[in-house]
Amino acid sequence: MTTTEILFFILTGIAFFSGAMVVMSRNPVYSVLYLITMFFAIAGHYILLNAQFLAVVHIIVYAGAIMVLFLFVIMMLNLNKETEPHNPPWVKIAAVVAGGMMMATLVGALKQASGPLTKTNYDTTIGTVERLGNVLFSDFLIPFELSSALFLAAMVGAVMLGKKNIH
Amino acid sequence: MPLQWYITLSALLFGLGVLGVLFRRNAIVILMCIEMMLNAVNLLLVAFSAHHSDPHAQVFVFFVMAVAAAEVAVGLAILIAIYRNTRTTDIDFLNQLKH
Repeated sequence: MTTTEILFFILTGIAFFSGAMVVMSRNPVYSVLYLITMFFAIAGHYILLNAQFLAVVHIIVYAGAIMVLFLFVIMMLNLNKETEPHNPPWVKIAAVVAGGMMMATLVGALKQASGPLTKTNYDTTIGTVERLGNVLFSDFLIPFELSSALFLAAMVGAVMLGKKNIH
Repeated sequence: MPLQWYITLSALLFGLGVLGVLFRRNAIVILMCIEMMLNAVNLLLVAFSAHHSDPHAQVFVFFVMAVAAAEVAVGLAILIAIYRNTRTTDIDFLNQLKH
């Protein structure tokens, strides 16, 4: 077993365990903390896949910004173990059966996927800022500019919704 | 690294996200499980990008991240507005659109 494969299995184990703990944790604060662990494991996978810039952006955007927002909202609303609603047992069993069948179907369907799954002319520099910047500002310039409009709309909407009602 | 391993991993993570949406009743945890599903898809895009030596898929990951950030900002603002009025984030209680 090579070092890369060992790292792959360690990161996969961390990602799957913390993903399961996000669903299982009683306290929403623990869910957020386990989700941060999962994001770091996924960032490790990105580095293994030669997507170094994406790994850094992933940590900054997800673990840095989005998860702080979640943690802040959970603590502001003071949600904890006592206020957590619980489903009746039959709903939980039904959810586990449905989710497990979805998982099995996805794995089974994707395992049958055909096509060129072997590496062809492998290039280790595709994840660098230079290559990604070239693609982003030549082929995807209009979507890039539109995403700024999306952010502005989301920001204005969040402020409008967050304001107290004016009567 | 075989591509099938990454396919299996992201299918498992996506399944966990679906399970969380079905399993939990707290709306904030459901938003977090949606983030998990988006991350599974991102991981698959990066794996395909690495195996085909094509940076285009990694640009799509950027756009998924941008949309996810906007979605979380608006979603959490909506949840706070709902919490102010109803004092709960239980999705079984939040079915007023039905009545």
